[in-house]
Amino acid sequence: AAAGSSDSEEEDLASYGSALQPLQEGERIKKSVPLQEQTVKDAKGRYQRFHGAFTGGFSAGYFNTVGTKEGWTPSAFVSSRQKRADRTFLGPEDFMDEEDLSEFGIAPKDITTTEDFASKAKDRIKEKARQIAGVVAPIPGTSVFDDLIGPSKTTVGFELLRKMGWKEGQGIGPRVKRKPCRQKPDPSVKIYGCALPPGLSVGSEDEEDDYQPENVTFAPKDVMPVDLTPKDNVHGLGYKGLDPSQALFGISGREHLNLFTGGSEETSNLLGDLRHSKGRQLGITGQAFGVGALEEEDDDIYATDTLLKYDTVLKDEEPGDGLYGWTAPKQYKSKKRPERDFKYIGKILDGFSLASKSSAPIKIYPPPSLPRNYRPVHYFRPVIIAGNENCHLQKALEELTGRLESDPTQQRRHALNAAQRREQLGETELKGPVPSILEYLSEKDRGRLKEIKQASEQEMKAKIVSQQSRNSRFQPASPEDAAHKWQMLLGGQLANSGSSDFKPFAKNPEKQKRYENFVKSLKQGEKDTLERFLEPNMTEWERGREQEEFFRAAMFYRSSSSMLSSRFTRAKYEDDVDKVEVPRDQENDIDDKETAVKMKMFGKLTRDKFEWHPDKLLCKRFNVRDPYPDSSIVGLPKVKRDKYSVFNFLTMPEPTTSVTRATNEKIQESNSLNKPKKPSRWDVSDKEEKKDSISEFISLARLKADVQQQPSVPATKECGTGTSEILPTLVTNDDKNLEEESRRPPMDLFKAIFVSSSDEKSSSSEEESDEEQQPTTSERESETAKQAHVLDSSSSNVQGKCVTATTDSGISSLPTSKQEPDATEEFGPKLPPAFSSGRFSKHLDRKEKHRKIRERHKTKKERKHKKEK
Amino acid sequence: MAFPRPRPARPELPRQRVQTLQCGQGAGVPVWGVPGHVPSPAADGNYCLTCGSDKTLKLWNPHKGTALRTYQGHGYEVLDAAGSSDNSQICSGGADKSVALWDVTTGQVVRKYRGHAGKVNCVQFNEEGTVIVSGSIDSTVRCWDCRSRRPDPIQVLDEAKDGISSVKLSAYEILTGSVDGRVRRYDLRTGQLCSDYIGSPITSVCFSKDGQCVLAASLDSTLRLLDKDTGELLGEYTGHRSTTYRLDCVLNEHDTHVGCASEDGHVYFWDLVEGSLALSLPVGQGVVQSLAFHPRLPCLLVATQGQVTLWREDTFQPEGDPD
Repeated sequence: AAAGSSDSEEEDLASYGSALQPLQEGERIKKSVPLQEQTVKDAKGRYQRFHGAFTGGFSAGYFNTVGTKEGWTPSAFVSSRQKRADRTFLGPEDFMDEEDLSEFGIAPKDITTTEDFASKAKDRIKEKARQIAGVVAPIPGTSVFDDLIGPSKTTVGFELLRKMGWKEGQGIGPRVKRKPCRQKPDPSVKIYGCALPPGLSVGSEDEEDDYQPENVTFAPKDVMPVDLTPKDNVHGLGYKGLDPSQALFGISGREHLNLFTGGSEETSNLLGDLRHSKGRQLGITGQAFGVGALEEEDDDIYATDTLLKYDTVLKDEEPGDGLYGWTAPKQYKSKKRPERDFKYIGKILDGFSLASKSSAPIKIYPPPSLPRNYRPVHYFRPVIIAGNENCHLQKALEELTGRLESDPTQQRRHALNAAQRREQLGETELKGPVPSILEYLSEKDRGRLKEIKQASEQEMKAKIVSQQSRNSRFQPASPEDAAHKWQMLLGGQLANSGSSDFKPFAKNPEKQKRYENFVKSLKQGEKDTLERFLEPNMTEWERGREQEEFFRAAMFYRSSSSMLSSRFTRAKYEDDVDKVEVPRDQENDIDDKETAVKMKMFGKLTRDKFEWHPDKLLCKRFNVRDPYPDSSIVGLPKVKRDKYSVFNFLTMPEPTTSVTRATNEKIQESNSLNKPKKPSRWDVSDKEEKKDSISEFISLARLKADVQQQPSVPATKECGTGTSEILPTLVTNDDKNLEEESRRPPMDLFKAIFVSSSDEKSSSSEEESDEEQQPTTSERESETAKQAHVLDSSSSNVQGKCVTATTDSGISSLPTSKQEPDATEEFGPKLPPAFSSGRFSKHLDRKEKHRKIRERHKTKKERKHKKEK
Repeated sequence: MAFPRPRPARPELPRQRVQTLQCGQGAGVPVWGVPGHVPSPAADGNYCLTCGSDKTLKLWNPHKGTALRTYQGHGYEVLDAAGSSDNSQICSGGADKSVALWDVTTGQVVRKYRGHAGKVNCVQFNEEGTVIVSGSIDSTVRCWDCRSRRPDPIQVLDEAKDGISSVKLSAYEILTGSVDGRVRRYDLRTGQLCSDYIGSPITSVCFSKDGQCVLAASLDSTLRLLDKDTGELLGEYTGHRSTTYRLDCVLNEHDTHVGCASEDGHVYFWDLVEGSLALSLPVGQGVVQSLAFHPRLPCLLVATQGQVTLWREDTFQPEGDPD
């Protein structure tokens, strides 16, 4: 039975949640971390300690000591004699942890909302704190005085109301009769039990009113703002914790608990409370606090809560006490509203009566709708500075605008100068230095001048007057007249100004067209063209306007071209994004070069020469004079090109970009023209060994015809005279052409030429003919000789000779490198593999030089022999 | 005119191995203390530098075979080094994209120039040691100022379309060889850039001693001697193998012979004028990576397989003073 009962018991039980895992055998129950081992870490991962955390203590520093784990590090001593000024004053922050300085610490360093912008809730806390402080302070209510002394932050509305006689605590509006201002039920009057029913309360008021005079008016009741503080705690409805003001004065328990009033009410009448409880002994009483030892009264130690303090019925409060706020019932509101409107009107003056009907509401007219093409820009009439050349223009302009309806002679006040004003006032002229050149003229001459002037003025006046008669505000001068005038004014200036890019009427293409035609005609000085260009179906007025417009535009353009341009400077950097900087010179297409390399024709075909600007500092560091001292370019010169142009990516030899190359070639050509005889000599002698470069071949192909006519022997003979300079080159060219395909000569030929003449060279070296031809090169020679000396220690006695021979051609210009090869053409044989264009480099090798020179000597000797013969 | 001097002795080529420097640097790049400039009396080829994959530079006395100093400070392998003409400073460039300026005596990095976007293949001092010119595989040549503290180069020569493999300097010229197959010569004096198209990727360039010719080695296993001013071909030297590696080419001390490293473990020398093969020096089995010819003596440093060997002429007596 017992078992059965237990079964039934089990069935009856309902199980909630999931059962714990059945314990395995031998398994220990997991122990929770013991309290002493539970740790808390702060934001930085450091252990937070709770030294007396529950008794109000706090943790600071390292285990509540100064310093760190390592101990306290004293700040290094710094003599204050020197550093008196920046002695550091330690503030409280210096002793704080960084948590304290964080946002939620006690001294936040971050930006927080200031008091002005803080929410009300925060304010309340502060308020409360202040209250407590004020109460607890040795002199109770000191904080209140602080408040009184504190800066007033009353708004303008407050001020205005005060000026009008309003006092704090009063309602706003006209004063009311027989309604005593009852702000608050007197706290001293204790109400037990429920709030009085409405009827009763009114009655009581009436009772009070009895001894108030009839003619006394009262301010309306103040509207109590609806307290909208949300309930953010978990206390019961209406529960208030320890309220020091009430606890202190022992009034808390006796007041009727109003569930629907918040703390704000209490704070507002804090002062009143204090005042009322003046007689009472101070001391802390109330919930959670016992009675002090000094306290006499110990009657109400424990807060006694009775049901009497609570409302038992939801009921309306008495109407008209203004406590409803916006949640007031409808009828309550509607009753009051209409009266209010004119209640605000105070005392009605004699002879006036209150309007029975309220005036119709002010009708608001919408602003006129703007025309579609209206531009909210003020148009300034062109200001023309009165000057000699401008006065006509000004006059004409004024005429056109119709300003000259008044007497043109009577100028505006400000336009008069001192003399004119004096004249008008009839004052005599001040004696001073002679103001005008006219003074120096004789009387007669002056008279004549005056006459002329007057005549012209008369003429002008007559003209103006005649125009004026036709002028009205909306009818400008007749087109011909105006055009004529404008032509006179503008024609000259327009003639030399290209007005193509100025489009004042770009928005209206037709008009722009008309304007352009107009300007053109104006430039050409045509008179009646304007009529043509104006639209025929336009009204007279429109035409006039347009014409005026055109004139203005034309004039504005003129002035802008001169005046505006002086105001603006050209942009330093172009900001067009479509352009990109690319090197001006690009290396040529490699296809040609590839073939040239294959044919082993290095030289012109494989070489690209560019203008290259080294950095100034680089030149300085290399101890080299800046080759382009005036240019600011560094590297290869760049040009702007379209960003997305195909030509940026094609390396096409452009005629414009290869300026340097062209000039180089020119120089080379000129060089070859200047010194053609030099290569000739040796070209002839080494004819067989020569191999030509294609470039030379091409450039001189046209001379082919002469080839056969020039025998080699005369060329060698005449080389010294310099008369038939070109001939040798021709010969060489010819030779080159002929022997283009000739292969490299056998080695023994070289040997035959080179090996023999080591002894002979010294004798003949001194009488090198080149030196005689170019005697000016001595300095250069020595210099280069030196250079050569430095470069090659193993130079033989002929070396100097060789060098002079090579350098004498290079004297004329700075880029010696360019000319040197030409100069060196005369010397020596071609190198075995490929020697091109009849040039030979002296620099090849010492040995090479030796050979060259030897060879030269040899030929010279031959020549000598010939001569002797 | 100059008084005729006695005819110089026939130039000799280094034919015998004198010293071996076990530098242990993967691809040691030997550099004579004064690589190619006008030798000042004090600064002669008594010392040499090697650098390589162990991220260090080493200073040697190659004649005695003693290592003098090690310079550490590069982050990756050191690809090239050069000494200033007064032997007081060393510059080096490495795979860490930086160019370093070293003080020889203290062994410290004086400056580091960063700006290259790739490995720095080659570095050179100018004559006075005031500018370092470095070439990189980022196809730029940068001129760094040693005098001021500015971190950016004085000038960037970015005309090359491919990596720079070799840079040489004369008193007023910058000679660069690029993988785009061009030899470029920047002439500071005349303000000109001469670009000679060779076609095959250039592995090494050098000036002749007289400064009038340019020797260019390219990956088509050919050395070409070009006239500096006209760009014409003066000589062509073949016979070695150079198809993959960045191999050096040299001119001997008198410009009589042209030398080049080869991938078949030899160093080849040709007669400059005749173009005939003068000497094929068997150095090792692997690729001969780098060469350095003494500025004034027939003395050659060859780097192969982690060791550097010193070669002298036949008549040289190892006991004698090297200079």
